[in-house]
Amino acid sequence: MSHEMFVGLSYGVTGVVFAGLIAWVVVTGRRRRAEIARLEAEGRSRNG
Amino acid sequence: MSDVPMNERTAGQTLVQRFSNPTRFMAWSGRLLPFLSLLTVGVIGFGLYVGLVVAPPDYQQGETVRIMFVHVPAAWLAMFTYLTVVISSIGFLVWRHPLADVSAKAAVPLGAAFTFLALVTGSLWGRPMWGTYWVWDARLTSVLVLFFLYLGLMALRNALEDELLAGKLTAVLAIVGSVILPVIKFSVDWWSTLHQPASVIRMDGPTLHASMLWPLLVMAVGFSLFFFTLHLVAMRNEVMRRRLLTLQRGRARVGRSDTAATIVEG
Repeated sequence: MSHEMFVGLSYGVTGVVFAGLIAWVVVTGRRRRAEIARLEAEGRSRNG
Repeated sequence: MSDVPMNERTAGQTLVQRFSNPTRFMAWSGRLLPFLSLLTVGVIGFGLYVGLVVAPPDYQQGETVRIMFVHVPAAWLAMFTYLTVVISSIGFLVWRHPLADVSAKAAVPLGAAFTFLALVTGSLWGRPMWGTYWVWDARLTSVLVLFFLYLGLMALRNALEDELLAGKLTAVLAIVGSVILPVIKFSVDWWSTLHQPASVIRMDGPTLHASMLWPLLVMAVGFSLFFFTLHLVAMRNEVMRRRLLTLQRGRARVGRSDTAATIVEG
């Protein structure tokens, strides 16, 4: 492998890991917000 | 929620207490995040430009020196994140503040990711420069131990159902494990390692040429901002998870009392 390929691989792996972390926190956050909204709506309909 | 206005309820609290109240935390972190995210993208974008385009190839390493602009910040953040976990763990054990536990829990996967990146990019630099992906020298081995420590913290927390106990035991392990930080930092001085000694953070100043030092520092700032942003989001997710648990428990209680009422009425 050429030196440029090692450089490319390093930046590529970093990009993939960063993208994975972003996807993990964004998807988790969306799911939790939706679930909280659902439970709160159910609670309101139960009490109201 | 109490009817007492927020400013009266928080009158006797310190600044830290006021900012670490979970409801307040969700409010101020929500306002800060868009700016922090934009700043992170801007600084990392600029860092990539100066690191890949502006910085010259090294007279010995050639183009491979550019790996350093991701390797060194990843390694610094691997250690800085662990320090965050340790400080949060002390905050949780001493002051028993739930947000400190949230902070420790949210930081661990990020630290594991930075440590993984430091190990992988280090290997990818080592192959063309040293002729090998890996050597069992003190620096590489101690960073690998840090990676396993992060995995251990995640495994321990997940292994226990009692969340309070899990938080406390994980905090103790994190504090005991902090012994790895000086070992990593000084491994290159204490033992004869293939890994080079410090060239930026040293008593007599950096030994790097300015043309390579400043792209490295820009990327280090970018990586730090990336950590702060993701740590905040991961903390918000954890606060929401705990809120969800409370809601679910409340619903279970209501469900039980409904059943009890049915039994009594029936």
